[in-house]
Amino acid sequence: MSYTVKNLNEGDRELIAFRIGDQEFCVNIMSVREIRGWTPATAMPHSPAYMLGVINLRGAVLPIIDLAARLGMKPADPTARHVIIVAQVRRKVVGLLVDAVSDILTVTDETIQPTPEISSELERQFARGILAIEKRMICLIELESLFSETESEAA
Amino acid sequence: MDMNEIKEIFFQECEEQLAELESGLLKMNDGDRDPETVNAVFRAVHSIKGGAGAFGLDDLVAFAHVFETTLDCVRSNKLEPTQDVLKVMLKSADVLADLTNAARDGGSVDESRSRGLVKELEALANGELPSPSASAEAPAPKAAAKPAAKAPPAPAVKPTDDSGFQPIPFSFDDFGGEGDAGSDLPTYEVIFKPRYELYSKGNDATLLLRDLSRLGEMTIYCNTDELPGLEELDPEGAYFFWNVTIKTDKGEDAIRTVFEFAEWDCELTVKPLEEARADATSNDELPMVPVPFDLSILDETGATEDVAADARAEETAAAVAAAETASNVTQMAAAAARVEKKESAAAAAAAASAAAQNNAAGAGQTIRVDLDRVDRLINLVGELVINQAMLSQSVIENDTTGTSSINMGLEELQQLTREIQDSVMAIRAQPVKPVFQRMSRIVREIADMTGKSIRLITEGENTEVDKTVIDKLAEPLTHMIRNAVDHGIETPEKRAAAGKNTEGTVRLTAKHRSGRILIELADDGAGINREKVRQKAIDNDLIPADANLSDEEIDNLIFLPGFSTADKISDISGRGVGMDVVKRSIQALGGRINITSKPGHGSVFTMSLPLTLAVLDGMVVTVAGQTLVVPLTAIVETLQPEAAAIHSFGANHRLISIRNSFCPLVDVGRILNFRATQANPVEGVALLVESEGGGQRALMVDAIQGQRQVVIKSLEANYTHVPGIAAATILGDGRVALILDVDAVVGASRGQSLKAEMSLAAVG
Repeated sequence: MSYTVKNLNEGDRELIAFRIGDQEFCVNIMSVREIRGWTPATAMPHSPAYMLGVINLRGAVLPIIDLAARLGMKPADPTARHVIIVAQVRRKVVGLLVDAVSDILTVTDETIQPTPEISSELERQFARGILAIEKRMICLIELESLFSETESEAA
Repeated sequence: MDMNEIKEIFFQECEEQLAELESGLLKMNDGDRDPETVNAVFRAVHSIKGGAGAFGLDDLVAFAHVFETTLDCVRSNKLEPTQDVLKVMLKSADVLADLTNAARDGGSVDESRSRGLVKELEALANGELPSPSASAEAPAPKAAAKPAAKAPPAPAVKPTDDSGFQPIPFSFDDFGGEGDAGSDLPTYEVIFKPRYELYSKGNDATLLLRDLSRLGEMTIYCNTDELPGLEELDPEGAYFFWNVTIKTDKGEDAIRTVFEFAEWDCELTVKPLEEARADATSNDELPMVPVPFDLSILDETGATEDVAADARAEETAAAVAAAETASNVTQMAAAAARVEKKESAAAAAAAASAAAQNNAAGAGQTIRVDLDRVDRLINLVGELVINQAMLSQSVIENDTTGTSSINMGLEELQQLTREIQDSVMAIRAQPVKPVFQRMSRIVREIADMTGKSIRLITEGENTEVDKTVIDKLAEPLTHMIRNAVDHGIETPEKRAAAGKNTEGTVRLTAKHRSGRILIELADDGAGINREKVRQKAIDNDLIPADANLSDEEIDNLIFLPGFSTADKISDISGRGVGMDVVKRSIQALGGRINITSKPGHGSVFTMSLPLTLAVLDGMVVTVAGQTLVVPLTAIVETLQPEAAAIHSFGANHRLISIRNSFCPLVDVGRILNFRATQANPVEGVALLVESEGGGQRALMVDAIQGQRQVVIKSLEANYTHVPGIAAATILGDGRVALILDVDAVVGASRGQSLKAEMSLAAVG
């Protein structure tokens, strides 16, 4: 729990980094509610491919999203070693399936580099910047953009 | 607690008072003449006025005041509560409710309506209605008649009077002839005797008396006769009282208004001076010595009995005199009869106040609880039930003998959790009364608009059902009531021609039946015109012209979308919202609706609704490896199809023959896209379900796991609405199971695509 005692300066951000395949991503720690292991999900009819189904999170029905498939990568084949990041996105709570959680980072806004001009529309749509930490490249994802405004409001 | 919170409490109380007011008025409308009913109605308006005054809600105060004045006339038997009078009062109650809502939410009210009603109420209060008592008073000189007509209630009927002071209600209007002889301004004697409670509530006698002095010239005499010796003196007690002689042209009513908010906490006697003197002298005492006008005390003490008799004789004489001026023998008899009535009134009032006390003691104690807290509790208990089921399941899996003490303990736990669940659900259960009361207002308004005379009879309004069901019930019920009054009940002329009572009857009934609530709406109107309905359905391409339909099937056509039989589109119903909407909202609540109709005798709509929306009895089934729950209420029967009973129909449809009728077979797994090809029906189980429009469908599932009560969980909270799925639940193994939306699945099988909706509801 080292991050709770750290003194955060103005402009500092805390991020949770996780792995999908051989890539690393991170999200703002403030939107993460908890991290838990994978349990089999109940499939939903007529759902998009990245929608794995719903699980029981202490009585609430929690939809699980395969983040790899959502980001346009190879869909995950969930095993007990996968983890679910339970995150708050606007007024809803969703579970994001990732391979592993790797780190908690404290960064300043200046260390976040802009996303390079690349053709992948999908990645550009979600990526909010790139971090270089210990020779690793970590892509910062904005969760809100995973769910468009209308989709959240419609339900 | 800040002002807004207090205001919120006031509005909550207003709602209760308004409900009380309306139910009281309706009781009076049904012929209830119990003084306690009248009092309850009066108190309700009075409390609203009092609270509104404290918050400076002037519109509300002004209207409530006029209303109260008129009610007062009823309370003091000045105004006969006839049907006509009550009609105005019920309308006033509606306006009062509107004004309250406007004060709370800042909306506007129909001002012309409230102004019109104010005039009507004032007219009633001034006795401008052809009732026997009003015409008896009419010939009396106006100056005297006005204060008399507005005379305040006799204190004897005050239920809060705990001092044992029990005066006889005494009406002075019969003395009108004597009142205006003498001085140019009427003089009143006011005896103001505050009780301890008056001071403890922060009222100040000085301020009240100062207010009084604004009405006219007055002399005050402070009476200290009741001041005890020092040894008996309670330092916080109230011992002084005041005799005030005041000359005013504002009338007795204005004097009473000054003491309005202190009314319950003091003894107040206001009377024209001549009367006060007459009483005093007849008691052989000096004029200015304060004698509360309390005939019942005189009655009880034998020595002064004849004095009381004198007073009564005097009253009779005066009544006769008043009647003579009207020179009408029947009125004379009526006036004499009224005097008789007044004598028995004291006894009746005493009985009534005793009854009121009994009522207060008998009514259960209640607390106001935030709905969120109850919901949180219900959620937690839902978790408990699931957890208990999970625990049982894992014990059974690990315990081979099945007789261990753990097992027995678990059984007890299961019973306990079930009991806790039932009790918690009971907290949310509310009587349907408020909804039914709203309906009575709607009936009144529409009856007014359409010029029909309609009587609404409600039965079983204390039937309890979950609050969410009640909240969602109001809209479809309103619509059905409108339909019943607008289309169902005929005009008085037509009714008379058909030999029926010109007053139509709409009967609204609620009762419990086998774990559901049954709501029936019956009218004694013309019933469904089957020819017209059938023709209309053909015109609208809803059925083929040569369709052979049973009477019941024709009746049920009115539930089809886009169906309205009214000849002209009226303002009340037929605004494009049809019975299909009603049906859909009832079904959304997990309910069913049915109609039976007898031409010439009316129609009966029957709605059957679940008692709660939190749990559901379901059949747990397996479809393509997934566990689904089908609401038990939708299932008619289950059957194991035989190969010979399955018939292919067209390219991809199949029918199943059940007892010589053919029913379309719907593969649930295919509709929900759980599998790519249709399953072999012989390997599965068919659930025969009732669908919209009365037809049946056989839903194919792979296997039935069992029946179970499940706790309903929202899918929408974190996900989105999924077509074909009504909600989710959590089963004993802790996994989520989806609850099938039978009507949507059946609809999809008719060719309405679930996918079309899906594109809107897609989630990221």
